Amino acid sequence: MSAKSQICSIWLGSETGILKGVSLTKKQAFNFCEMSCLSRDQEVCVMAWGDPHESEVLVGSVNGTVKTFSTDKGIFTATRECGDPSQGRFTGLAVTDSSMITCVESGLLKVWKEGSTETVEINVGNGICRMQQNPSQRHRVATGGKENPLKVWDLERPDKPIFTAKNVAHDWLDMRVPVWVRDIGFIPDSDKIVTCTGHHQVRVYDPSTPQRRPVLEARFGEYPLTALSLPASQGTVVVGNTHGELAILDLRKGLVRGCLKGLAGAVRGLQCHPSLPLVASCGLDRFLRVHSLEDRSLQHKVYLKSRLNCVLLSSRDLESSSADVSGDVEEVKAEEDEVWDTMETVTEKTKKRAAQKDEATVTEVDGKKKRKLVKK
Amino acid sequence: KPKKGKTKKVKRKVKSDEAPVQEMEQAEGEETEKKSESGPCFPPTFSVSEIKNKQRRHSMFLKLKEEKRKQKLELKKKKKKERKALGDKAPPKEVPKTIENQRIYDETTVNPEDEEVAFDEGTDEFSAYFNRLTNPKVLITTSDRPRGRTVRFCEQLATVIPHAHVYYRRGLALKRVIPQCVSRGFTYLMVINEDRKVPNGLVLCHLPDGPTAHFKVSNVRLRKEMKRRGKDPTEHVPEVILNNFTTRLGHSIGRMFAALFPHDPQFVGRQVATFHNQRDFIFFRFHRYIFKNEKKVGIQELGPRFTLKLRSLQKGTFDSKFGEYEWVHKRHEMDSSRRKFHL
Repeated sequence: MSAKSQICSIWLGSETGILKGVSLTKKQAFNFCEMSCLSRDQEVCVMAWGDPHESEVLVGSVNGTVKTFSTDKGIFTATRECGDPSQGRFTGLAVTDSSMITCVESGLLKVWKEGSTETVEINVGNGICRMQQNPSQRHRVATGGKENPLKVWDLERPDKPIFTAKNVAHDWLDMRVPVWVRDIGFIPDSDKIVTCTGHHQVRVYDPSTPQRRPVLEARFGEYPLTALSLPASQGTVVVGNTHGELAILDLRKGLVRGCLKGLAGAVRGLQCHPSLPLVASCGLDRFLRVHSLEDRSLQHKVYLKSRLNCVLLSSRDLESSSADVSGDVEEVKAEEDEVWDTMETVTEKTKKRAAQKDEATVTEVDGKKKRKLVKK
Repeated sequence: KPKKGKTKKVKRKVKSDEAPVQEMEQAEGEETEKKSESGPCFPPTFSVSEIKNKQRRHSMFLKLKEEKRKQKLELKKKKKKERKALGDKAPPKEVPKTIENQRIYDETTVNPEDEEVAFDEGTDEFSAYFNRLTNPKVLITTSDRPRGRTVRFCEQLATVIPHAHVYYRRGLALKRVIPQCVSRGFTYLMVINEDRKVPNGLVLCHLPDGPTAHFKVSNVRLRKEMKRRGKDPTEHVPEVILNNFTTRLGHSIGRMFAALFPHDPQFVGRQVATFHNQRDFIFFRFHRYIFKNEKKVGIQELGPRFTLKLRSLQKGTFDSKFGEYEWVHKRHEMDSSRRKFHL
């Protein structure tokens, strides 16, 4: 079990409550579940890394429990009751030094301190869809939801948000534009926050400016955008909607740079790799897909039998193999080169086909073989 | 592009070849042409389509086809001879390739022993039906202001599906109809969309909070238009046959269809409804069967006949704008291969 969990570089939570680990190098997926008794109320809502070394995965379920899974040992090490299902599902899970932050749909944001039972509670408003932590300033969190504008909270001063977004001006019919924040992202190296809405808008807010309205607004598609992720390269954002359309948007002008093809179902979880130009997406069509952001091609596609809710990428190189494996690959390559060098070269003569048929087939076969190896 | 240059050269050569051929008599001309065709006389990049004269081109083409047919027949005869000569040692006959047996293996094909899929299906939205906790009750309606054909189709569907009720859609919004259906105990809402006086779409919504499937309907045949059909179906609960729903998506759709009908079929009625999936098209047929003896069955087709093609499967009840889609048919991505099917 521990061996299986140590090689997994992508972790996914499914609707059946199973935590899945995928290793792209071995092209295998593993199920890690608590016991043989699964139930739908263990459906995974949120996932987060438990510590900066990424040795623990925190898994939040519908029934209000947060389980800790150790990637080294390969088992669930702790369970914690963090609320009950009457308050709604988990919409956000984050970890600061020695404390855990959870947020539910009804708006109850709780900071659970390690060891002690006292909690700091903030009511962030009803109908929350997402709570996200600022990766550089870990005591700041942002929340947003349906008819609940973007609010940035500082956990050291929990009584009032440090930033509340103002709704956009009335539209061309002079009607109020509805608010539905679905996902939030913090832009690194700056104060800006990017949100995607259920009304297919992508908005950038800047709390350092006195303007509380969005600095940039972009639209994509006709369907609600459900997930958002910021790649390592600055200036772009990847969004996904309920129709399975993934797009890369430029944050300088608000234009669509390109679309990532292949998904057939709604995107539930989206995450970009911290250093490589890769994005992992999972959704209701039961597939995990890894696309490359440079040429927008599909790199990996893994079928995982349940509908997937969230995805978590580890910071280490996804395609990296351990020292032993790389050694084998080099040896094999050396052997192959020797084989090709020792083989006689055969020249093709296209005109007289009948006579030279045998030789031609030999070259064809070799050519095909060569092609196959090059692809690998 | 180097090929184009070659073909131009070839054209000139062909013309010069054809000129002497023209001078001779036609019969001799044909002979020489045939002879020339048998030997490597024409340059290999020559093709019949380069002859500008339509009649001559047509005649050359016919000759080419006849040659090919002759060669094929010869080959067949030779193979048959060899087969006969070998007798028992002959290799087994090759199976002809069809699109169904060349189908690209779908990795979502359900393995019957798979525990995870079994758990998923045991606890999904249809589990209430499959655990015999609810009985199906179907509400059939149409898009607004239906024409005669659609109305008759709905009536005939209501006779085929037990516990089905047809209601006139008075321009009501589906999102408002659905809570009312749920309160009255309906398990399915079936909306038949009509375009240009012909039914062309079907929205099948499983009611408490179940998935909504949107189909394209084609080739609808009402009872009057069917040849050699039997008498009208009786009130007996029919048996259900679901063919070839192999992938995970196919399983979900198959279960949707199965949950339309009550559990225990009345074999006295000898009626059967078939949903046959082939190449992503679902064919619906309704038959009455009678066993003449143990090995022979006679069937007569009753009831309407139609073809469905899945366009999208949405999680949750009907909400096309804000609902989350489990599967959407994307023509340019999914229909690029003739051998890839999704159901």
